[in-house]
Amino acid sequence: MRRLEVLLCAGTACLSSGSRAVRQALIEALSAHGLTQEVRVVETGCMGPCELGPVLLVYPEGTFYVRVKPEDAEEIVVEHFLKGRPVRRLLWAGEAPPLKELDFFARQKKVVLANCGMIDPEEIDEYIAVGGYEGLIRALERSPEEVIEEVKRAGLRGRGGAGFPTGVKWELVRKAPGAEKFVVCNADEGDPGAFMDRAILEGDPHAVLEGMAIAAYAVGARQGYIYVRAEYPLAIQRLERAISQARSYGLLGGEVLETGFSFDIELRMGAGAFVCGEETALIASIEGRRGEPRPRPPYPAQAGLWGKPTLINNVETLANVRHILLQGADWFSSLGTGTSKGTKVFALAGQVRNTGLVEVPMGITLRELIMEVGGGVPEGRRFKAVQIGGPSGGCLPEELLDVPVDYESLRQHGAIMGSGGVIVLDDSACMVNVAKFFLEFTADESCGKCTPCRVGTQMMLGLLSRITSGQGTEQDLDRLEELAELVGSASLCGLGQTAPNPVLSTLRYFRDEYLAHIHERACPAGVCTALIHYRIDPEACRACDLCRRACPSGAIEGVPGKPPYLIHHRLCIRCGACQAACPFGAVHKLPGRKE
Amino acid sequence: MIHLEIDGREVTARPGQTILEVAEEAGVRIPTLCYLSGLSPRGSCRICLVEVANWNGKLVPACATPVQEGMRVVATSPRLTELRRRVLELLFAERNHICAICVSNGHCELQDLACELGLEAVRVPYRFPGLTLDASHGKFVYDPNRCVLCGRCVRACSEVEGAMTWGFSGRGIHTTVEPDLGGPWGSSETCTECGKCVQACPVGALVERGKATAEQEKEPQLLAQITERRPRA
Ligand SMILES: Cc1cc2nc3c(=O)[nH]c(=O)nc-3n(C[C@H](O)[C@H](O)[C@H](O)COP(=O)(O)O)c2cc1C
Ligand code: SF4
Repeated sequence: MRRLEVLLCAGTACLSSGSRAVRQALIEALSAHGLTQEVRVVETGCMGPCELGPVLLVYPEGTFYVRVKPEDAEEIVVEHFLKGRPVRRLLWAGEAPPLKELDFFARQKKVVLANCGMIDPEEIDEYIAVGGYEGLIRALERSPEEVIEEVKRAGLRGRGGAGFPTGVKWELVRKAPGAEKFVVCNADEGDPGAFMDRAILEGDPHAVLEGMAIAAYAVGARQGYIYVRAEYPLAIQRLERAISQARSYGLLGGEVLETGFSFDIELRMGAGAFVCGEETALIASIEGRRGEPRPRPPYPAQAGLWGKPTLINNVETLANVRHILLQGADWFSSLGTGTSKGTKVFALAGQVRNTGLVEVPMGITLRELIMEVGGGVPEGRRFKAVQIGGPSGGCLPEELLDVPVDYESLRQHGAIMGSGGVIVLDDSACMVNVAKFFLEFTADESCGKCTPCRVGTQMMLGLLSRITSGQGTEQDLDRLEELAELVGSASLCGLGQTAPNPVLSTLRYFRDEYLAHIHERACPAGVCTALIHYRIDPEACRACDLCRRACPSGAIEGVPGKPPYLIHHRLCIRCGACQAACPFGAVHKLPGRKE
Repeated sequence: MIHLEIDGREVTARPGQTILEVAEEAGVRIPTLCYLSGLSPRGSCRICLVEVANWNGKLVPACATPVQEGMRVVATSPRLTELRRRVLELLFAERNHICAICVSNGHCELQDLACELGLEAVRVPYRFPGLTLDASHGKFVYDPNRCVLCGRCVRACSEVEGAMTWGFSGRGIHTTVEPDLGGPWGSSETCTECGKCVQACPVGALVERGKATAEQEKEPQLLAQITERRPRA
């Protein structure tokens, strides 16, 4: 008889930290102890705390093991499964179950990620066992208009960035004239560091297929496409498997569930450019043209794929849909705030203890998200800012940590929900440099079609480089603001329109840092190498000569045994090799340029 | 019939017309660059941006935006002139536009726009990219340093001539227009030497061989004359 289930994360992060080898070792240990019939090992999608991988969860009691190695398998099987004593040293933070009470999980509200890490994404039966495809059945029992009304009432908004009301978009496609219509799932996920959509596709692919089928029924489409990045091989493999299983169960294809409704799905691989996630560029790419956005209107809802009315929704948006049909619009809209309903998946990264994937109710404050779910910044550092919304999001300071995470509040303060990237920055970050870093990304990913984004972002970068290299003037700040205004308002697509956000938000909240670079020729965080200097503390220097030997530019002068040593600022390239070499901590990095 | 407002005037339009077409009929001038009558609109240069007052002041390219019932379009305003001037400034700074030594001096749409919009000085730094001139073709010369990436040559070549010689390559600031996915133009197997791209080019990037400074005049209206005579599909 089945006694226990071992859910082993097989998300991309855990696979690369070795979860396959752990699985093999567990299976061998189980069979060596004759437990094969009693304990089942299931490979699941991403569970969230990726930097602790490989992770595994033992059901039903919910013991959560982290950083498991193949060598640990024997101990887990003998101590835990045979003797009932969980292996303490592998528990997260040494804490015993149950899992729900761990801070990281307690504050979360898993809706779209509920199945990720709980079911085997390669088995449609497991999905069906937890209510899978019941949302579709409920939808097919109603009229398309009623389905649209339910989604509208739920208040679901697009999770791909812009936050457009999903039900309204469905209605536009439904009402658009034309016999042939399409549903496209946007699984391009190009934000660097983002992997919420990948986790859903890998961990619960049927939820996306079910969402697409419901959408297709509502808008009147017979064909769907999933535009998925070619860099997501595991997601592609699981989607392909899920599609073929759904077809063989009569859940996709002609006559879905023996109703008059037919709908099928094909995959299309994305070539990788960030801009291809923009809906009109995505359409061009599927049609085999250069992946370039075009002006809207007309919107894809009116003229999309091959000129036909096309519904484009994000992976996470679609994965929410079945829950609305199953549990009702009232339940869904009870989560979240007045204008932002439901939950949002975020990828926590940067200087925060718990990095990884989290799902929280809309309206949670940034403080709760970062300090409680994320566990705060690591020991010894101070929180400085959070960059939210991906490369074109904004940087918000500590004073704004009580801002609720919803579309309007974030926008009002100069950030965006984006697709859910959250990067926590501590006091070691230079905000001018941070702005430059993100702008470099967007400038590089600009498709080059429209003038403001193509040329304007380069001009902005030039100004930022002047500032970080100590040549900036206050006039440059005015120019920077003027250009940001122009690029943001005159660009053709969302890429250019949002590209200035990191610059504008840092100018708004961290202007003093820009001014320090300009007036004092100093980088307060000590990041911009042109605006720092190193100094050897004469009291602490023991004249060991190690720094002089480490210096690649011959900038240090001194005689062994005769302190102090000196740095010639003119020769110094500020590489920090001396500081790293000094065993006595006598070399200090200080803000400000010294000639 | 569609009813809309342009610069406070009530106008009527046929479905499918663009803001630019309707404005032209109504005698409202909207400057353009990447637009060329007879070719599909691209909406990329952003010179023809207009404001739609009842869409939250959204800026849309007049050349590529179909009119809609009840639209209130602002096509002329100090803000729009300033915006167009700033966009034009970026185009001037992007490549080398030194009118005094250009064969198109005096017959250049970029130059005309600078006069019309009152662009007196370029305040952003010139980039001077130093791209390679392609003089390999027997009849024409391509100087990418003077290109404004409007794509009129690309569309003239594919939509009117059907040769598809010209195309975009690279992305962002590295975007260029190239014959046969990378020159030289002289060894192109698709070019029919029709010269439509040269006529379509608004600046001195595509010119006839042997023209001296200020000698190159063009007839971009040729493209529309050709397409208008074609039977409609
Ligand atoms: C530069 C750029 C990149 C985008 N990338 C994505 C993406 O990777 N995934 C996505 O779902 N939406 C992306 N979008 C948003 C899409 O254009 C579109 O709004 C979205 O897919 C609509 O789905 P939703 O309403 O469900 O959010 C991007 C937009 C821009 C401007
Ligand atoms: S805003 Fe940037 S990415 Fe978008 S069309 Fe313009 S150049 Fe291309």
